[in-house]
Amino acid sequence: MLLPWMLVVPLVWATVAVLLEGRSSALTRAVHAVGALLHVALGVALYIAIATGGPATHALGGWSAPLGIGLRADGLAATLVLLTSVITAACGAYFMVGERRAQFDGTSSTRYFWPLFWLLATALNGIWLAGDLFNLYVGLELLGLSAVGLVALGGSEASLSSALRYLMAALLGSLAYLLGVALIYAAYGTLALPALAELITREPMTQLALALMTVGLCLKTALFPLHGWLPPAHGVALTPVSALMSALVVKGSFYILFRLWFDVASVAVTPLAAQGLGALGAGAVLWGGWQALREPSLKMLVAHSTVAQLGYLFLLFPLAVGTATSAAALATQGVLLHLVAHAFAKSAMFLASGTLIASVGRGGVADLAGVGRYMPMSLFAFALAGVSLMGLPPSGGFNAKWLLLQSALASGQWVWLLVLLSGGLLTAGYVFRVLRESFLDGPAAQFTATPRAYDWIALSLAVVAIVLGLASRAPLAMMTNGLPVMGGVQ
Amino acid sequence: MTALNVGSGWWLPLAVLASSLLPALVIMLLPEERSGTRTALNLVAATTKLALVGYMVWGVARGNSYELRFAMMPGVDFVLRADAMAMLFAGLSAVLWLFTTIYAIGYLEGSPNRSRFFGFFSLCVASTMGIALAGNLVTFLMFYELLTLSTYPLVVHRGTPKALAAGRTYLRYTIGGGTVLLLGMALLTMVAGDVTFADRGAIVIANAQDSTLLRLAFWLLIAGLGVKAALVPLHGWLPVAMVAPAPVSALLHAVAVVKAGAFGIVRVVYNVYGVETAQLLGLLVPLAVLASITIIWGSVRALFQTELKKRLAYSTISQVSYIALGIALFGPWGTIGGLAHMLHQGLMKITLFFCAGNYAETLGIHAIDELDGAGHRMPATSIAFTIAAFGMIGVPPLAGFVSKWYLGLGALESGMPWVLGVLVLSSVLNAAYFLPIVHRLWFRPQAGPWPDERTFDGRETSRWLLVPTIATAVFTVGAGVFANFPFSPLRWAMLVSARVYGQ
Repeated sequence: MLLPWMLVVPLVWATVAVLLEGRSSALTRAVHAVGALLHVALGVALYIAIATGGPATHALGGWSAPLGIGLRADGLAATLVLLTSVITAACGAYFMVGERRAQFDGTSSTRYFWPLFWLLATALNGIWLAGDLFNLYVGLELLGLSAVGLVALGGSEASLSSALRYLMAALLGSLAYLLGVALIYAAYGTLALPALAELITREPMTQLALALMTVGLCLKTALFPLHGWLPPAHGVALTPVSALMSALVVKGSFYILFRLWFDVASVAVTPLAAQGLGALGAGAVLWGGWQALREPSLKMLVAHSTVAQLGYLFLLFPLAVGTATSAAALATQGVLLHLVAHAFAKSAMFLASGTLIASVGRGGVADLAGVGRYMPMSLFAFALAGVSLMGLPPSGGFNAKWLLLQSALASGQWVWLLVLLSGGLLTAGYVFRVLRESFLDGPAAQFTATPRAYDWIALSLAVVAIVLGLASRAPLAMMTNGLPVMGGVQ
Repeated sequence: MTALNVGSGWWLPLAVLASSLLPALVIMLLPEERSGTRTALNLVAATTKLALVGYMVWGVARGNSYELRFAMMPGVDFVLRADAMAMLFAGLSAVLWLFTTIYAIGYLEGSPNRSRFFGFFSLCVASTMGIALAGNLVTFLMFYELLTLSTYPLVVHRGTPKALAAGRTYLRYTIGGGTVLLLGMALLTMVAGDVTFADRGAIVIANAQDSTLLRLAFWLLIAGLGVKAALVPLHGWLPVAMVAPAPVSALLHAVAVVKAGAFGIVRVVYNVYGVETAQLLGLLVPLAVLASITIIWGSVRALFQTELKKRLAYSTISQVSYIALGIALFGPWGTIGGLAHMLHQGLMKITLFFCAGNYAETLGIHAIDELDGAGHRMPATSIAFTIAAFGMIGVPPLAGFVSKWYLGLGALESGMPWVLGVLVLSSVLNAAYFLPIVHRLWFRPQAGPWPDERTFDGRETSRWLLVPTIATAVFTVGAGVFANFPFSPLRWAMLVSARVYGQ
């Protein structure tokens, strides 16, 4: 059975990474390359196994549900495991190339990259596959700590202070979540998701617990107006770390929220609360986009864009709680597709931005004047990723937007329609802000050559985001395989 | 919804797309100094495309239809299909593309960033082909947006602050238009499902009541498409985009961008709603009024322009709306006039822009009052200009006359005789802004030295620039004189019209 291996392999590599510390870099690279490839291979194998065999469960060490650690994988979990393995491999490869070219030199702390990297992968897989609320907590905590560590790797004062701020937010979020878990356990005596799904009723204590968990998870997902920690953390981190953060880490807490609201406690949630989350999501789309339009630094611009794009995820709640099942199904498909497409597009955009900055030597948007002639490939990757973020066809981003538009229309909620469309316009605004600089006939500035591999990695990720637009049917069928029926007027 | 429709000839639409998509990628990666390879690639691609489209036109005339279809996401298909309407636009683009490519090669000789330019240029033709062959609205939107993205780098090609400002205006209009179009499509899909284009329209309604949403969706679609078609008051980007190099202007005005908008309107009225449904819902008369206002407004503004390219730009705004006008005239004659004008306007306007480029490149002329006596220095270019200008005015037997004749018949047939007045007034205005230019070219003495003259050992200008200019002028005459021959624009428009009205 594959499920435990998804945790064991990254954990083993994290240990090996600690042991290898200080060894020759060629050996380190080879070991981690093998690990990343193995991780992807396992991800593919799990995806195929679930696609053909249906959802699966596994009790770690043979201890069954109430005592042991239960793992479970449905289509959504398997897709996210595969997504994680692919994106981490790409970001790991980018780091390797950069390290070899001494691009990340001057910060001795990068030697902690690999242990933290593998812990992050373990935590993510742990969350996707967790079968109970407590394991979700463990995964969440491990994810937060390893992510904070990675952000701090930048070594500069700025990265340390934003890492500290991130740490506060992460701890506060986990604490709120843990309180909620405690209340649930007190009320129902179990934390296993399938058992809870049957036990939970609509009563004040449960709703208080849910509210606490929701607030904690929103803080961790950087939902507006709790997003303040995200732009500095994602903006100042090392480039491959920024990509990991925006593509995967913030999705971890959203995934838990998704499971809670639609799988475990769907009887206890209210349309009013769902509308509230949607309103905050709308705020994120507009505010994040506006900030990105005004942001002078390139990587911070991309980070603000993450705040905005995360907002779309929260439109799921008003579109899928208390609406007709057809509208809810469209919204679910749209949001899950958006999650995947954004992971590819945003990691591509961060990596391309990092490459551009490495070439120009400065990090401002205005410093890119005239860069188009020297770095066409990086810009092309940036532009392709931008197409998906703007939601122009063909791209995963467009299909997601289309499904959400249809859902908003089907449920007669016109306001979310306007949010979706104005979000697209804002995104076009900040993406083209970057692109137009590159067409300027700038001064003949000094451009440093960057490794070709940088561009290939970013471009491959961006191309996946585009191709998703032409082939969404299979991944959507996979991700909704095993999900409970959502919506339906309560 | 099978994964892939494997009817015979499904690969043809795909091959047409690939014949410019693949060269686009190769050209973009080509080092700047490999100009010979780039020229060869451009010409081979344009010729291949012309051959493929020609083969499909032949097949469609004999009743074949080529279709590729697969599911992009649940409920939405990607459809490429060569029907008669598609071939109208694809044929126009394929022919004019070859000439524009030749022209652009000559025009940009020796200037920087040519790999980027021709890369996006090819991407632009790929989008145009996609727009022509799209078999439903979602596929149409895909290529419509790709056209926006691939023309932006061409508009800002020169990299000057003025070009970038024009690019910003262009984006604001087109991205905004695309958003409105998306909204209209989403609304229509909710009301009517995933609509595949059909000869006689895909929407059947029992009565005109309870169709507020259908009406709303229609006007949203028209507004979104009207930006690219430069319908007043959505035309503001077009005169500003004049800063682009001449071949790009030729492309924006004659082949790709404004035509994409106009073709979209044609598709929405005929192949989405169907002309009978549109008439029943009372959508056609307002559209005719909108088109008429644009026709007059564009012509009036053109009168007051002192720069040659600006005058041509306002003339485009006016002339492209003849297409929308023809569509809005209920009845086969109006349809024939509007559709034929899509091709005729393309031929005439591209000639005019080629000429404007020739004057600018050879003599450094940009303003109209600098043209005095240019006919004697550049006779071939000036003859071409004169032919195209007369065609625009509607002098028989040129192409423009044929369109206006059928539009006039359509006006009477549809019971909107006031449209005749619009046509007459517009022709008078056309004459008022074109004849002074022709007069300057031939009947005024040269006022002084040319602003910036270049010599081309004995010829009036570079051969790369002259050959396409003459060729499109000859087509302008041919489309009028041989209007009744098989495969002429008029005959093809009649074929499409017959299918639209189910005759």
